[in-house]
Amino acid sequence: MLPARGLTEPRIARSDVKVRARWAARTLSAGGSARQAVIGWLFVLPALLIYAAFVLQPLVLTVQYSLYRWDGVAPATWVGLSNYQAVLTDPNLFGTIFNAFRLIVFFSFIPVTLGLVVASVIRRVAAGSLGTFARTVLFLPQVIPLVAAGIVWSWVLSLTGILNQLLRALGLAALTRAWLGDFDTALPAVGVIGTWVLLGLCIVLLLTGMTKIDPALYESARLDGATAVREFIAITVPSLRNEIAVCLTVTVIAALASFDIVYVSTGGGPGLATMVPGLQIYVLAFSARQVGLASALAVVLVVLVLIVILPIQRLGRGSAQ
Amino acid sequence: MFRNEVKRLLQPELPAARLGVAALTLILVTACVAPGAVATQSPTASQVSTAPSASSAAAAPTCGTAPVELNAYFETGFDLPFRLSEEFTKQYPNVTWKISQDQFTNLMSSTPRLLSGDNPPDLIRLPSMVSLVKDGLLKNLDGYVTAFGWDKWPAAQLAQNRVGTDGTRGAGSLYAMGLNYSLTGVFYNKKLASQIGMTSPPKTVAEFESLLPKAKSAGLLPIMVWNASASGGGLAFPLQQLMAAYGPAQPINDWIFQKKGATIDTPTNVTAAQHLQQWIEAGYFPSDANAIQYTDANARFGKGEGVFIFNGDWQDAGYDKDMTGNSGFFVFPPAQAGGSVAAMSAPLTYGIATKAKHADCAAFFFNWVATNDKARQIDVSVGGSNPGGPTNLAIPPAAPGSVINETLAAGGDVAKANGAMDFIANATGSIFAQGWTPELQKMVGGKQTAAGLLQAVQAEYEKELKQ
Repeated sequence: MLPARGLTEPRIARSDVKVRARWAARTLSAGGSARQAVIGWLFVLPALLIYAAFVLQPLVLTVQYSLYRWDGVAPATWVGLSNYQAVLTDPNLFGTIFNAFRLIVFFSFIPVTLGLVVASVIRRVAAGSLGTFARTVLFLPQVIPLVAAGIVWSWVLSLTGILNQLLRALGLAALTRAWLGDFDTALPAVGVIGTWVLLGLCIVLLLTGMTKIDPALYESARLDGATAVREFIAITVPSLRNEIAVCLTVTVIAALASFDIVYVSTGGGPGLATMVPGLQIYVLAFSARQVGLASALAVVLVVLVLIVILPIQRLGRGSAQ
Repeated sequence: MFRNEVKRLLQPELPAARLGVAALTLILVTACVAPGAVATQSPTASQVSTAPSASSAAAAPTCGTAPVELNAYFETGFDLPFRLSEEFTKQYPNVTWKISQDQFTNLMSSTPRLLSGDNPPDLIRLPSMVSLVKDGLLKNLDGYVTAFGWDKWPAAQLAQNRVGTDGTRGAGSLYAMGLNYSLTGVFYNKKLASQIGMTSPPKTVAEFESLLPKAKSAGLLPIMVWNASASGGGLAFPLQQLMAAYGPAQPINDWIFQKKGATIDTPTNVTAAQHLQQWIEAGYFPSDANAIQYTDANARFGKGEGVFIFNGDWQDAGYDKDMTGNSGFFVFPPAQAGGSVAAMSAPLTYGIATKAKHADCAAFFFNWVATNDKARQIDVSVGGSNPGGPTNLAIPPAAPGSVINETLAAGGDVAKANGAMDFIANATGSIFAQGWTPELQKMVGGKQTAAGLLQAVQAEYEKELKQ
């Protein structure tokens, strides 16, 4: 059971640890600790095997492939670190990483910030069925398959799409363009799709967190004459550190490891304006058949994700202590 | 899932768990061997093993009389192979089909795995094939060439499917067959063309170029095109036509066939790319070209948007349906009046896996498609293309008024001029996705010059060949 613990949220894990400790203390007096350990591992085994087969093994194999030149079929040639050298020197490859970082703004910062504001507004003004309705509508993008969402958005953003129709109706015809086909707007346009998808998730997570804030805090703040904005900054945001950390973690990874939205809406174009590592890895591995190079880029991506996520995890953990 | 994985790595809570993970990792690492080292045969071995069976050399192979199930992979959205397979079963009831289908781009990425897998296809739609031959995944069809007498057909038909021992296409052993032979050129909207004073197809590039500003000033879109990444850069069609108008076709084919020292960055090709750039800058293509996919472009053309569109005869039936009697076709004209014409003309390529269970029956199917009256008729009326095969068989007629008649006639002109080219997007597995498409999109966005385009694609080409 132990390794599986890490898979759950920290808060839940801690309370479970307490329960388990009590249970362990009781049973330890009855039986030997070695036997307990064996039984524990037996419980773990099925999950561990699946985890090893579907998570650890691909991870290790990817690292291994990244050291070879391999077309996926023929015998591979050992090339050492030269694939990594290519990833770090070819502007077409590391350029994709910059694009992924630019997507963080749209996939992560905007949904979390906007999510905080919308969630506190919903909590304040729409507690009843209206709140439920708003929550449902805002969460819907999470339920719609990303491929369908991507296709619909590519219609909305096309030259004759509804966005340009709206602009023309407002007398802003000069602004109209093929948003996904224009070098300057393609990446932000893809980002907006990401914002739309991830905003609902952030709102629901943050709203859930808000229900756990002691109403007495708000009451006393109000007695002290605090404004709604002051309440938001002094009470809501600090109390939600854990939830914000989770939102940031999920959305930052969604940005850095993005694939589906980009694949469906732009395919990485125009030029390489929206090419992201996830899509580049796919193209390299399956159409260019450079499995080694693709794996090296994948490893670099994983390392980058870890580097970016680590400080965010600190943020979440810090509040717990 | 991925988030959990990261968390798991970041928070190994207990030493025991960490130890377990470490031990497992160790097991996995020590179990590793170099990828691909064991599972596959070496190319030379497979080339030997793909020599045709002794029986096939003696008498032409057939599908026999015992029940046979052909395992086939077809391309989604193209009716032709499905209709051919139905007709084949009608004539040879012992043969049934297990057909899987997928989009061409997906097929491109999954073909190596399908061919090397446990259930190798007897028939499969092929993308570029050189790397598959190098890996020994495709059956060598040389034995069938003599058994069926394909060597008596026009040599040009089979040339594109031949791969030499040095890995260049155009000559060597045969590894695939075309179900038919498509032709590309310029389709036009007859009503709009007469509106801008085009009474007969242009005879020179200059004449064609003189029509474009006329269309523009008449408030019409001169040329419809697709150039979004999802479908690949359709501007490669007019570009290659311009290349063949300003220079000979052979060096272009050499480049596509990966002949040693071949380059796409030649002076005449730069001239061609400059003309394309002028067309773009003059606004002869839709301003949202980079966001238009293949199906959208054809739908818009079918609804009357665009006087011209560069496309291939596989779209004949679609245009016949969308704009009945109103679509015409001509082969892109040469630079000088009376010069020889050239066009992209490629076989609809299908291959047989080295390990296929019913290779003889699949080869018999190839022969049947090219020689059977009913099959040839389906080739023309459904596929819209020349069925190829022996020269003594007449090309079956298409329905009167269909644009198919125009493309078939044009195919004769191109064959006479020996002007068939393969498509520049087929030179390597990813030259389209990584070279032509992004660079042509940059040209639309005003971020790439004619010379820069060819240099960038050539650099990508050399990089890919080095892999």
